[in-house]
Amino acid sequence: MIPLAYYIGLSAVLFTIGVVGVLTLRNAIVIFMSVELMLNSVNLSLIAFSAYSGNPAGQILVFFVIAVAAAESAVGLAIIIALFRNKLTVNIDEVNILKW
Amino acid sequence: MNLEQIAFLILAVAAIASAILMITRRNPVTSALFLVFNFFIIAVLYLFLRAQFIAVIQITVYAGAIMVLFLFVIMLLNLGDDKLLKWKLNSAKTISALLGIAFLVEISYFVMHFTSTAGMSPNAESMGTVESIGKVLYLGYLFPFEVTSILLLAAMVGAIFLAKKKFE
Repeated sequence: MIPLAYYIGLSAVLFTIGVVGVLTLRNAIVIFMSVELMLNSVNLSLIAFSAYSGNPAGQILVFFVIAVAAAESAVGLAIIIALFRNKLTVNIDEVNILKW
Repeated sequence: MNLEQIAFLILAVAAIASAILMITRRNPVTSALFLVFNFFIIAVLYLFLRAQFIAVIQITVYAGAIMVLFLFVIMLLNLGDDKLLKWKLNSAKTISALLGIAFLVEISYFVMHFTSTAGMSPNAESMGTVESIGKVLYLGYLFPFEVTSILLLAAMVGAIFLAKKKFE
């Protein structure tokens, strides 16, 4: 039997790697991939809680999270393409026209 | 330590290693392939948790559809080596790494104090099948399910509009 804390610990470590990726990387596409990693780690902990408490609502929530992640990545990648057309870069340090 | 725990530990180490490799590679295509590997490992962990339907969805939607979209965009933009992606501030990298470590300490403090010894619920065995997920989804969550279709339509229209032409 695997204790529930193992799954929560793995999920926490993966989430932290995703946070570090978002903070340290400069490439907008790889930042998006780090966000996907964070979504996955949360999904893992939701499924683990669902299985250990015997409540199927967690799996339904993961289903909706996956659907929303699909929509989010489609729109996000379209924004990156539009950004690349206008600025010829995906480096987020050079995209500062909305900054004060 | 029994066989199931050893298998879990191997998978966990592989998941963490592929995630670290994903954020440290310079080439975005390599990063995307490591992320696909990570998604496959998480799908196997879903099978450990008896969530068969979600495991299949994970492989088809995440590793299949979403990551193919990412790879298409990477190849469409033809980024190559990221000489363009130099840091303006060298100190920013150190600061964000320190912030990440602080976040890990913070979150592991709560995980350490998580002392639940309960095993997997007995009805978890039959919970993750397509039949039982479908019953719960269509009987209890029909309205959110229908709203999701509108969300996907809006995302589709938005993606086509954003990627189609130049902004004036």
